[in-house]
Amino acid sequence: MQRFKLFIPLIAFIVLAVFFFAVQKQIGSGDYNPENMPSALLNKSLPQFQLPDVQSGATIAADVLKNKIALVNVWATWCPSCYYEHPYLMTLAQQGVVILGVDYKDEPEKAQQWLQEKGNPYIAVLDDRVGKLGLDLGVTGAPETYVIDRRGIVRLRYQGPLEQRVWDETFKPLLEKLQNENSGG
Amino acid sequence: MTPELGHFALILALFLALSQVVLPTIGVFRRSEILLQSARPLALGLMVMLSIAFAVLAHAFLSDDFSVAIVSSQSNSELPWFYKFAAVWGGHEGSLLLWVWILSIWSVAVAIFSRQLPLDMLARVLAVMGAIAVGFLLFMLLTSNPFARLLPNPPQEGSDLNPLLQDPGMVIHPPMLYFGYVGFSVAFAFAIAALWSGQLDAAWARWSRPWSNIAWMFLSFGITLGSWWAYSVLGWGGWWFWDPVENASFMPWLVGTALIHSLAVTDKRGAFKSWTVLLAIFAFSLSLLGTFLVRSGVLTSVHSFAADPARGIFILAFLAIVIGSSLTLYALRAPVVLSNAEYGWLSREIFLLLNNVLLLAAALSVLCGTLFPLAVDALHLGKYSVGPPYFDAVFVPLMSLLLVFLGIGPSNNWKNNRVHDLSRRLLPAAIASLIVGAIFPIAYGGHFHWGVALTVCLAGWVIASTLQELRNKLRNAQTVATGLRRLTPAYYGMVIAHTGFAVAVVGVGLTNAYTQERDLRMAVGEHVQFAGYDFLFAGTESARGPNYVAERGLLVVSSNGKQVAELHPEKRRYNARRDQIMTEASIDAGVFRDIYIALGEPLENGAWAVRLHLKPFVRWIWFGGFLMGLGGMLAAADKRYRLLRRAEAVSESVAAAI
Repeated sequence: MQRFKLFIPLIAFIVLAVFFFAVQKQIGSGDYNPENMPSALLNKSLPQFQLPDVQSGATIAADVLKNKIALVNVWATWCPSCYYEHPYLMTLAQQGVVILGVDYKDEPEKAQQWLQEKGNPYIAVLDDRVGKLGLDLGVTGAPETYVIDRRGIVRLRYQGPLEQRVWDETFKPLLEKLQNENSGG
Repeated sequence: MTPELGHFALILALFLALSQVVLPTIGVFRRSEILLQSARPLALGLMVMLSIAFAVLAHAFLSDDFSVAIVSSQSNSELPWFYKFAAVWGGHEGSLLLWVWILSIWSVAVAIFSRQLPLDMLARVLAVMGAIAVGFLLFMLLTSNPFARLLPNPPQEGSDLNPLLQDPGMVIHPPMLYFGYVGFSVAFAFAIAALWSGQLDAAWARWSRPWSNIAWMFLSFGITLGSWWAYSVLGWGGWWFWDPVENASFMPWLVGTALIHSLAVTDKRGAFKSWTVLLAIFAFSLSLLGTFLVRSGVLTSVHSFAADPARGIFILAFLAIVIGSSLTLYALRAPVVLSNAEYGWLSREIFLLLNNVLLLAAALSVLCGTLFPLAVDALHLGKYSVGPPYFDAVFVPLMSLLLVFLGIGPSNNWKNNRVHDLSRRLLPAAIASLIVGAIFPIAYGGHFHWGVALTVCLAGWVIASTLQELRNKLRNAQTVATGLRRLTPAYYGMVIAHTGFAVAVVGVGLTNAYTQERDLRMAVGEHVQFAGYDFLFAGTESARGPNYVAERGLLVVSSNGKQVAELHPEKRRYNARRDQIMTEASIDAGVFRDIYIALGEPLENGAWAVRLHLKPFVRWIWFGGFLMGLGGMLAAADKRYRLLRRAEAVSESVAAAI
């Protein structure tokens, strides 16, 4: 019985270790992201920006989203999940969803090639190669998507790739609410 | 020196480390003298190889070899040379190399300074340390090679060391911390070797004591420096943030503190053997956890390096093997027989045990506070941030109790005491500290403040009882001087470390209670009265550093018409990282108060948003930490260990012969 007491630390450690492996596994499979924090910008205005468009080079400012309910999608060609997410963004664009792209810490040439090959779901793609806008947004990784209402207020921050399930569960209800909000007032 | 040379040295180091595990182990089982002897030269060879690897990497940094991936991501040609050097450990790969290099230095130190150790014990200790080195080297070579190249198109310029790390404190803070972390590997290796051999006796505790003290000293200095760095660099005036990375260094420190005290009991009284072994395992496990947890991507923090899932799994597997196997060994081999050392309820042993329990409880509560948000989050129960309120609620009672016992413990004799003797000895100290505690807040702050009264009372109690005990020790000496000379360095170490703790407590308590801060807009030439000082904002000018440009403010601080200080807070923009603007606070340091000024944002017409802080007694925190480290150093330097060891080795062999 005395000997048993000496096993207590080991048992406690095993419990802890199993927990960590489970968390690590979830991170590996993308089910869980420890950096997933509610944005500090929630219910605040989108930060101001003036950045060139990746394709045309024309300067784009925040007024491009004026009076629009829009998604701001942060992506990059170095981001594997963005490959996965891209076809679904194309679907959304065909449904008429306004998406502003932010090409985060990326090489514009690669981004251009990406958009040519895979199609362009964005109304414009900001070239944020130094990550300044990303910093202002508090981006911790790509992809990330923000929902902006007609007044330019951030209403939702989502980290991870968009897909049908996420869209139905979180985005769709919110967008419908935002539509009603505006037609009401 | 080409980076490939360093890479090759690392691979050779891996093979040497493997040999350092395998050959002495076979030697132990076969009782082969020559294989046991091989541990020493192998440890030396490992250190040589790792020194070569480290030198090659340092050379790559100092010579701006941007074809090496981590040089290009962490350094820049404009960086002053000492920051280039510090940039070696400014990232994940380099800091791993530093870690394992320090491990090899410790191994060689053990090999050199443990001549009195029986050869089979030394072989076991070095084999355990070699096994740890194998794990680290595999991790580096498989997932985090510091010598990875960016070929064939190396960048012309590096993207610079994180400006936050460009601070003198940051040049020495990580190596100090690592010397501490890794130093606990020695106590760990001794503990494992003792379990392995079944010779878990007082001799084992005596061998480990100086090593644990030195490791604890480094960790104390490292944590103190880290806190000072955060204060002077982060620009918020805070000195501790309960950030996971800080907690990761704090937990081994707490357990290490328990360990050095528990080792003292095992050494002197032969008690608490299993408990001490467990603490040695915990201290090093928490060091490993601290080194790794922040890198696995499981915990995020302002300090953490880039996360990579492949690394995460490797790290967890390594931790599971090291900690799991050592705890299994502990469960199977730790002695169950209660020690034959007897002690009563009012003995020094009991107070040291109480101290141990409190420190371990503190460490566990930090662990919970660090892991709880993760657990809740991973179970999808929501987002929680366990901040200072939790830690304050836990630490204030725990540390208060610890301070009360700390005053009593050293005044106690081993084995047993009578209540009457003890209370007669300690009553004056108790009364004095209560009076000081009651008066101080009124005298200093103008009105009574519970937190301050408690802080001052407890700190006063520790200092007064320590002095009382010192006087008691000198009671039989002819003169004070001869009495003082007769006391051992270990005793002075204890007195200084305990005083340091009290000093740090005063710093923490009073800074928290009396800090004043104000954010305001200051136009050029404007005067502001704040906290009894007059601040004149004389405007800003442009300034240029080696690798940054800055807007430098000038504020003249005066009190009663006399100038106290000129402060120059800066906003810096580093050339290689234009999007990152650094706030460089300017501090007028003093024994009883710091004036701390940081520039906010530029406003119209040359006006600026300025943040003024008055932080009373904040220096005491680091001075206390410094004293604690100094105490650890003195305790480790005590010659008595070495002399005693020889004497006892003789008496033991005599006993064996009989």
